[in-house]
Amino acid sequence: MSFDIDVTLRRGERSIACRFTAPAGVTALVGPSGAGKSSVLEAVAGLLKPVSGRIVVGGAMLYDSAAGTNLAPEHRACGMVFQDLRLFPHRRVRDNLLYGYRLAPPERRFMGLEEAAAFLDIAPLLDRRPRTLSGGEAQRVAIGRALLSGPRFLLMDEPLTALDDARREAIIAVIERIRAELALPILLVSHDRGDVARLADQVVELRP
Amino acid sequence: MGLTAEEWGIVVLSLQVSLAAIVGALPVAFLLAWMLARLRFPGKILLDGLVHLPLVLPPVVIGWLLLIAFAPEGPGGRLLAVFGVSVLFRWTGAAIAAAVMALPLMVRAIRLSLEAVDPRFEQAARTLGAGRWHTFATITLPLAAPGVLAGAVLGFARSLGEFGATITFVSNIPEETRTLPLAIYAALQLPGGDSAVWRLALMAVLLSLAALVASEALTRASGNGRGGHVL
Repeated sequence: MSFDIDVTLRRGERSIACRFTAPAGVTALVGPSGAGKSSVLEAVAGLLKPVSGRIVVGGAMLYDSAAGTNLAPEHRACGMVFQDLRLFPHRRVRDNLLYGYRLAPPERRFMGLEEAAAFLDIAPLLDRRPRTLSGGEAQRVAIGRALLSGPRFLLMDEPLTALDDARREAIIAVIERIRAELALPILLVSHDRGDVARLADQVVELRP
Repeated sequence: MGLTAEEWGIVVLSLQVSLAAIVGALPVAFLLAWMLARLRFPGKILLDGLVHLPLVLPPVVIGWLLLIAFAPEGPGGRLLAVFGVSVLFRWTGAAIAAAVMALPLMVRAIRLSLEAVDPRFEQAARTLGAGRWHTFATITLPLAAPGVLAGAVLGFARSLGEFGATITFVSNIPEETRTLPLAIYAALQLPGGDSAVWRLALMAVLLSLAALVASEALTRASGNGRGGHVL
């Protein structure tokens, strides 16, 4: 099992319960807005501490309230692609891409800057500032930054929103290639049934 | 300008005192600003009030408190005596007075710039493998840097104008603690000191204005329109 998740989360006044296991490949987390999809991703990334439960990814225990385990985000080796991307505004695209790469232990890296740039078709953007990028370009840079950090799995929060149709197709192609060529488990959040049907090997429905 | 050699000495001493004050106060101001911007702890309101005290207390009270603290039998005086140093009636004492008086302004400016750093960037850095310190050094600090610098320049401007605490703490000694404001005050006491007052006052205006303009420009650069103004 790639993802073995059973957690209770608290976000403000709301309580979110989420329980699923998923094999390798792409797992889509769906549900109405406000169901807590993004909160689940944050919990897996280590940015939101659950109330209780456990999070196991690829056999590694990331969080277990019973055992008192709670790995810091920097020790989880997750490639998180945020919905709002969060490219570092004070660093050029190249340094955004290399931020996690430089921190990753060499044995965990599986691609270099040039390979990632070619993979995502972002080589001409390397010297640009993030604020000068279009939505689709920034999305690909964010994916590249996550991939270069040598993650053991990817978390993607609404990777296809805010893109026009041509760019959606490009990002869908990228996700399909990550699944096929890199064999990284992917947990993605989406509200679009069509995208989910195309991309996901498994669908997990989250109810409010 | 037509400043006399003695007056140039006063300008140089003022710059020296202010620079030393800012170099000494910056780490303290940064730590306080960071605590106020990012931490929640009991007594935070009290600390916030204490930091701002020099802004509202009569400067003569600050000078008197410093005099007590750094007197030979005071806590600061005893500590410095271990190193065989005294700041009483020395330019270093003037720098301490200026630093204390500039601290609230610096903390305010730095706190604003730290609060303007979006914690979502720091979260992103953590997921990319950066620990707390690396995140602070590579994300938080660079994003806050222009505001921190603006705070330092603002503190520098405040230090240049420091009068009450300085004259109370280290007196008005030529070539040691007689900075621009104290020199102007001394010249005012002398018959026929008008032209010296004019020249020194003009220097004070020029230096202060340059520092304020620099500080405001840095604040704008840091905020890109979203940060608050420190003035």
